[in-house]
Amino acid sequence: MTDYKSLKLIATSNPHIRGSETTRSIMLDVMIALVPALGFACFNFGFRALSLTAVSVAGCFFWEWLYRMLMKKPLSINDLSCAVTGMLLAFVCPVQMPYWMILIGDFFAIIVVKQLFGGIGKNFLNPALAGRAILLASYAGVMTTWADPAAEKAALVGANLDLVTTATPLAMMKGGQFADLLGQYNVADMFIGRIPGSLGEVSALALLIGGAYLVWRKVINWQTPVSYIATVAVLSFLFPKAGTGAEWMLYSVFGGGLFLGAIFMATDYATSPVTKKGQLIFGIGCGLFTILIRYFGSYNEGVCYSIMVMNLLVPLIDKYTKPTRFGVVKSDKKEAAK
Amino acid sequence: MAQAFFGGVHPHDMKAATNEKAIEQLPAPAEVVIPMSMHFGAPCTPLVKAGDEVKVGQKIGEFRGLGAPIHASVSGKVKSVEPRPFSMGGSMMSVIIENDFQDTVSEEVQAPADPDVLPVDQMVEIVKNAGIVGMGGATFPTHVKISGGIGKVDTVIINGAECEPYITGDHRTMLERPEEIIGGATYLAKMFGVDKVVIGVEDNKQNGIDAMKRVISEKNAPVVVESLRCRYPQGGEKQLCQAVTGKQVPPGGLPSDIGCAVFNINTTCAIFRAITTGMPVVRKIVTVSGSGVVEPKNIECPVGTPVSCLLDFCGGVKDGTYKLIAGGPMMGMAQYTADIPVAKGTGAILAFCEQEEQTVEHPQCIRCGKCVSVCPVHLEPLFMYQYASKGMADELNEAHIMDCMECGACSYICPARMHLTHMFKTGKQLVKDKMAADKAAAEAKKAKEA
Repeated sequence: MTDYKSLKLIATSNPHIRGSETTRSIMLDVMIALVPALGFACFNFGFRALSLTAVSVAGCFFWEWLYRMLMKKPLSINDLSCAVTGMLLAFVCPVQMPYWMILIGDFFAIIVVKQLFGGIGKNFLNPALAGRAILLASYAGVMTTWADPAAEKAALVGANLDLVTTATPLAMMKGGQFADLLGQYNVADMFIGRIPGSLGEVSALALLIGGAYLVWRKVINWQTPVSYIATVAVLSFLFPKAGTGAEWMLYSVFGGGLFLGAIFMATDYATSPVTKKGQLIFGIGCGLFTILIRYFGSYNEGVCYSIMVMNLLVPLIDKYTKPTRFGVVKSDKKEAAK
Repeated sequence: MAQAFFGGVHPHDMKAATNEKAIEQLPAPAEVVIPMSMHFGAPCTPLVKAGDEVKVGQKIGEFRGLGAPIHASVSGKVKSVEPRPFSMGGSMMSVIIENDFQDTVSEEVQAPADPDVLPVDQMVEIVKNAGIVGMGGATFPTHVKISGGIGKVDTVIINGAECEPYITGDHRTMLERPEEIIGGATYLAKMFGVDKVVIGVEDNKQNGIDAMKRVISEKNAPVVVESLRCRYPQGGEKQLCQAVTGKQVPPGGLPSDIGCAVFNINTTCAIFRAITTGMPVVRKIVTVSGSGVVEPKNIECPVGTPVSCLLDFCGGVKDGTYKLIAGGPMMGMAQYTADIPVAKGTGAILAFCEQEEQTVEHPQCIRCGKCVSVCPVHLEPLFMYQYASKGMADELNEAHIMDCMECGACSYICPARMHLTHMFKTGKQLVKDKMAADKAAAEAKKAKEA
């Protein structure tokens, strides 16, 4: 029979089994969820959408690898979180932007925002959004020039000289051209994404498919995206600046980066609250700031900054949304809290 | 309908390996090692010495304070009384008995003339003398639970959840010995003076539920079976109370605080056997399973049987077995040797040789919050981990680390493979040390001022 003395037994703490989900599998799921939006971007803007995304992902891999190697820290590129950052950063940039520029954004996102604060899970700002913010501040011209998906796609493949540019729906709404906008794109165009805008943000439909996949896979909770989008919808319905409340609401929700932000940015684990209650508050806060920036700020779009502002409030939200521990009944909560 | 508790996880139950295998009797081992601590409380004092003859059911260990007596599980000669490794880690004073294979029953074992007319205090006395403890693994002395609960308890619950993966001993007991369970439950109803006893069973054991329901209707017993949602830790005492009554046990409290008392299926059977036959706890049903076991089985064996005998009976273990666990995979203790004996609380012996526990070299929390959503005590494991790793005892205490029941759900779900449960075990010690130091400092200050 077996010689039990020769067994090499490990004595570790319970539990002795683990679930199948890993950081890597979660990141892979997020990438899968981004594929419909990427596919639509290729359809809308041409092949350059894919190549820009690929360059951005490669850039993120490179910066993360370089930092970890130079700092003699354990390599972390296997968890694929940098690939998600790379995809998301490309998604919030205009498609015709030069490749070198997005590498600068990658550098800022990966090294300054993520690695300098300790790597995955330790950053307090969403890396992709912070990368976009720095690009917007540094290269305002390029970052606010939008390709017209209705124009010749071939122009986008090679040089960006013959680019046909146009205004985004949100810019038209801000500029008081809502009536023109209604004539130019109908609601279906807005929902499907036949509109100008950042590479990955235009198709609410494709992003919604990705979001449904993430909720089904239990990668994200519905709380953040639903409360975020609902807040924007309700506020824009109640306070339209032109047209009817319903029209203004639909164009506000589908134009711009709301779906991308709500589904993929505001749900970033490291920079959002850990409880479902906190996530609801976080989503509502994001919606509120988005509307405030869109209505009263100098930018057309407020998704990026609103999420970054709420990112900073996460420790506070976490502090005040602690779950009630088992056995404490609501009525004697005060007593037990002592 | 059973209420749901918040949190919990759904590990693959892995019960298919043994849930259709009848309980087998282990051929008598040549030697048993009976540790003097198989209960919650201080260890027993051995009553025998090397050379003594002992018989089955003879008392060989007496308890002091909180505890339960210990009995010889085979007849034969005491070989020695010495410290041996045991399943709770480290060594424990143990009585080693050389089996004479006669199975002579001690004259101490006396069946009551008419068990059905015994007064309550005599029944509790029988439970006490039979050395019955919580057989689910917590090993709390059952007589203390009964005598402390009489008058306070209005809901008696039999725990048949068996929520730990792999373990099927309770399930097989339901199928093969339902009359013992129902009989024991009837005695419990009598002791507590309640109209009915609730047996809570996870809905993955439907045939077990049916078997018990048949006996209940035959005997017209004051027992109901309630089917529970399959979810770990449904069999946690406090979770089960909530599932059955909808009430939550207050932090730091006991089920009796909300009028509940919970007994394991095999504890109930032990009560039945003690009251009807006088036989104390000398045998235990153990599920031997896991990827490293050649032929997984449910085995009934004498208490004190070396684990190596059980494994041999199952064809031994496979090459590359890296983990041996006494108990379930979620809360059981990993053993460093197969030299340990089966104790009263040992429900399973698992051997793993595959990738059951995947660890990563540098786990890093990604703040996904999954640990928060699965914690059945509604704590925030990710923050507790940070405090514990930085040695912040006060913050740990404020985060209610002492409420943590170490069920392992947070570590199980963690995609980053953080060692959460491990950290909380050390964290609790940190808090205890800090509290003791604070108390000592306060007393020293007081003495100085005086």
